[in-house]
Amino acid sequence: MAAKEVQKDRSMVLQKEMIANHFARLERAPENHEPVVYTFVPGNLTELIRSFGALPVLPEINALQSGMRKLSGDYIAEAERAGHSEDVCAYVKCDIGMMKSGNVSPAGTRLPKPDLLLLSYTGCYTFMKWFELLREEYECPTVFFHVPYQGDGKLEPKHREYMIRQLREQVIPALEKATGRQYDEERLRHHLALSARAEDDLVKVLHSAKRRPSPIDGYFGTVYYVGPVFSAFRGTEEGAEYYRALREEVDARAAAGLGPIVPDGSLDDQRFRLVVEGPPSWTHFRDFWKMFTDEKAVVVASTYTKVGGTYDFGFRHDPGDPLGTLADYCSGCYTNLNLPARVEMISRYIREYDADGFVINSIKSCNSFSAGQLMILREVEKRTGVPGAFIESDLVDPRYFSQANIKNRLESYFQMLESRRQGQAAGAAHEAAAVAV
Amino acid sequence: MSCVIGIDLGSTTTKAVVLDEQGAILGRGITNSRSNYDLAAAVARTEAFINARFGLIQQRAGGEAANAVPRLRRAFVLEQFLHQLRRLQQLVLEEADQTIPAALRPAFARAVDRIFAAIVGEEEARFKQPPVARSDFFRDAAGSAFMRLSENGAGVEGVTFDRLVGLYDKCIIRVENEPLELDFRDHIGTALRRIGSPAGLADAVEYAATADLTPAATVGTGYGRARLPFPKEQIRSEILCHGLGAHALFPSTRTVLDIGGQDTKAIQVDPEGIVTSFQMNDRCAAGCGRYLGYIADEMNLGLHELGPLAEQSKRTVKINSTCTVFAGAELRELLSLGQKREDILAGLHRAIVLRAMSLLARSGGVSDEFTFTGGVAKNPAAVRAIRELVDENYGSRTINISPDSIYTGALGASLFAKRMAA
Repeated sequence: MAAKEVQKDRSMVLQKEMIANHFARLERAPENHEPVVYTFVPGNLTELIRSFGALPVLPEINALQSGMRKLSGDYIAEAERAGHSEDVCAYVKCDIGMMKSGNVSPAGTRLPKPDLLLLSYTGCYTFMKWFELLREEYECPTVFFHVPYQGDGKLEPKHREYMIRQLREQVIPALEKATGRQYDEERLRHHLALSARAEDDLVKVLHSAKRRPSPIDGYFGTVYYVGPVFSAFRGTEEGAEYYRALREEVDARAAAGLGPIVPDGSLDDQRFRLVVEGPPSWTHFRDFWKMFTDEKAVVVASTYTKVGGTYDFGFRHDPGDPLGTLADYCSGCYTNLNLPARVEMISRYIREYDADGFVINSIKSCNSFSAGQLMILREVEKRTGVPGAFIESDLVDPRYFSQANIKNRLESYFQMLESRRQGQAAGAAHEAAAVAV
Repeated sequence: MSCVIGIDLGSTTTKAVVLDEQGAILGRGITNSRSNYDLAAAVARTEAFINARFGLIQQRAGGEAANAVPRLRRAFVLEQFLHQLRRLQQLVLEEADQTIPAALRPAFARAVDRIFAAIVGEEEARFKQPPVARSDFFRDAAGSAFMRLSENGAGVEGVTFDRLVGLYDKCIIRVENEPLELDFRDHIGTALRRIGSPAGLADAVEYAATADLTPAATVGTGYGRARLPFPKEQIRSEILCHGLGAHALFPSTRTVLDIGGQDTKAIQVDPEGIVTSFQMNDRCAAGCGRYLGYIADEMNLGLHELGPLAEQSKRTVKINSTCTVFAGAELRELLSLGQKREDILAGLHRAIVLRAMSLLARSGGVSDEFTFTGGVAKNPAAVRAIRELVDENYGSRTINISPDSIYTGALGASLFAKRMAA
């Protein structure tokens, strides 16, 4: 591993600026009369929101950033003082606690109140309860967009029509009312075209992990990469520009045979290639990442980086079918997939990215992600013959991160992979010797 | 003589195993981990080499002399004990000098001297009797004698039990954390003299004392392994070590369960002892060995007494929670409801094993043969619950439990060390 000083990619600097500008604009939104719409990452309708000239706020992104900035522990305590139980989703409590502490964003700016809560339901029941709580607090209008769950692994045309009808009859009128603007389909097409451009570049970046060494980390690094496209910047000029810069940067690293930038420098010597299922622990993000890089492990693909869209399986926003494409986008988010589809996705990643193993990070306070993960573990092991590791932590509740326990499990897992590898090599040599005799 | 050593730094106890170049066990050593992993590792290692040297004496000594070796071993343990006791007494007197009011000091000094003289007397007498099992650790044996004798000795001349215990508590930690001279050469001479230097034994002792036992490789494992002063290549995870150790003890092992102090591990191994899958408890230590420790404290019992008491149960109480933090409250609640101690204990053991069964299921089930390792494998009630639940859930399985199961992790580490030395 190279130098110890903190290295930052240009795209990272760019993203930091974009986020800072967005929060600054949100702070001034009331005086500039810019409407604000709160919505969630999975199934976010950012292009539609933008087409009304409104600014999106994504509470989970605020929560995870509070986690990374070590603010979430206090926010969660604040929410618990207000009566929320220890078992409630830590994102919700972090958000409620942040609001009760003055609604200062992780960037240090004040967050405006919402003009509309746009609840896109894509498999997480907690989202409904979350916005119910916010509606109580803000006394603002709410619109509910119901995305049918892919319980049978695929949706029928009637489901798509049902979603389009909801967009036309409920979501668009609610946005018109909240913003005072008319629905403008041309404007929506413009944003969708910009999305598709960014998505093309993002997918090239994701696929670059098929190379050896992988020029990216498909989990710890990629949660940064998907930031703009999962949040306020899909369908924007700066979003498209960010992904072009990112792709060029990754192309250059790939051409030079370099690995990704990780906490200790550039991870060029990669001993293990892994697939990861489940969100990271944001409060200990760097420590958690280092547990992988210390063992020279690179993540080549992950499911969490698909909660805001499964672009690597071919979906692109289509300006030719503006409302239909939004319906397709929402129904394909990772949170809306059933267990067999998740098993298939992880197995496919293991095969296509030639992974040595996979790690499931099971989240204590997220039943919607965690339920069924042990079944996933067994099934993926059976299908691929590749061993899995199972660890437990939380999104943003620092109390659920046990450094020693997680490190112990991961170290054991890496040593197991190594000893299996040596065992297989010894077995192969033994067989070769037997053949020679 | 070429040898290798494996050290397992557990959260409760630290174990060491020394192997010869053929892979045969030369010696084992154990000590309590005492929140000082560095010292615990050094003590366990010293003990393992002492044990190895006694093995050499046994090999070398012939005829009558060979029969005297177990007695020599006991004499050696007594000498080690007395050495630590002298140091403890010295510290307690120094502490009394600094913390007890001047007027009471002479009375305290007399009481302390009386207590220590009595302990020495008891230990000397114990040596003359046939051996009776008790804890291997100085802290346990000295502590229980000190408490008992303090209770008797308090109440005169202003000497109070609380103050005496306070002195002891402060000093036992210091004794445990000092590197004392407890090695083979330090005490073998006095031990030999204590048993009257039987004919023929001195040569064997000399041979063992001078045998070169310099390890060619050392591998560390266990909860505190990061504290070992070894490079990373000499550290192996407990999972791998327990897998390989269990395989070495019982080569047909396919599933291993280790219930340790603060984690429980369910491990699947292939025919070569290589781990193929494992599951551990999450950061909560519910249902681990430490839980039994708390229960023992709550019931004012020794850890080794829990299992036999639970075995007397006629009617197991159903217990759902194995939360270590709530262990005391749970226990008092059940006692207040009129439940018998043995029935509660039987329920607690079953609850612990149920948690372990869940980890086993997660790791891929219980295959034949099944090996149960770790300190809890010494507990008959836990073993009985394991047998019942494995049978209920997976049908008939060969269940292996080695009397030395507590050393399984250290054995695995020593086998890795052997590979390294090869």
